[in-house]
Amino acid sequence: MTAAPQTVPVDKPDIDEASEFARPWVTIVHNDPVNLMSYVTWVFQQLFGYSRDKAELLMLDVHQKGRAVVSAGARERMEHDATRLHSYGLWATVDRQ
Amino acid sequence: MTIFRRVGSECVADFREDEVRVLRKVAEEVVGLLTDGFDREDPVVERLFPDVYPADAKDSAEFRRFTEGDLKTAKIDQAGAVLAGLPEAGKGEVRLDAESAEAWLRAINDARLALGIRLELTDDTVVEYELEEALEQDAGSARVFQLSVYSYLGYLQESLLDAIIGVNNR
Repeated sequence: MTAAPQTVPVDKPDIDEASEFARPWVTIVHNDPVNLMSYVTWVFQQLFGYSRDKAELLMLDVHQKGRAVVSAGARERMEHDATRLHSYGLWATVDRQ
Repeated sequence: MTIFRRVGSECVADFREDEVRVLRKVAEEVVGLLTDGFDREDPVVERLFPDVYPADAKDSAEFRRFTEGDLKTAKIDQAGAVLAGLPEAGKGEVRLDAESAEAWLRAINDARLALGIRLELTDDTVVEYELEEALEQDAGSARVFQLSVYSYLGYLQESLLDAIIGVNNR
């Protein structure tokens, strides 16, 4: 005979952890006076597999608004994206959405 | 001025002697900035290795500790690919396979970023006007030389990118 299993009440989910999912991290590309528009478009296509149209819209966002979110997700993933963008000479940072 | 063109799977250009000399000098200077001359306080280095967390110096430094070495090596290799692809001396043809072409593209971009910082270019800068003004002041100045190199590299990069995109579309 075994004792009836003791059921431990499950803690309510941690609020901070829940908001980790609600607010993903983002990679931001900032405008700069040097990078060619055609080159930035091409880099977005190469790195993220975006269509030429989508990549071009993103590039124009960066150019006209000064910055644009180019990817969103887990923090490590965004840091990886930022490093790859740096290897192409784009000015990228990571932030909370 | 020389432009890249597509020949089969390669990007090809015929460089004049002065172009070879300038490209060699520029690539060597980039290698110098990334090796013996590496200085974290240099605005060029700040631009080539931007802070990932601008509002958090500690997180940025921590992140840099893990990634800067690889990024630096990649950039040195890219500039090295330019040096390796140029004719030994004098004028000559440059033929780049897909991998070398991309290395050249990134290296030219790094060189333009470095020059852009040195020249203090902003979004409002029109390079042609800057060059005119610099020529009026002193035609033999370093600024005239740097502006003309910057302008040339932009032109070369655009033509190489066109050639690369042509390659990918085949």
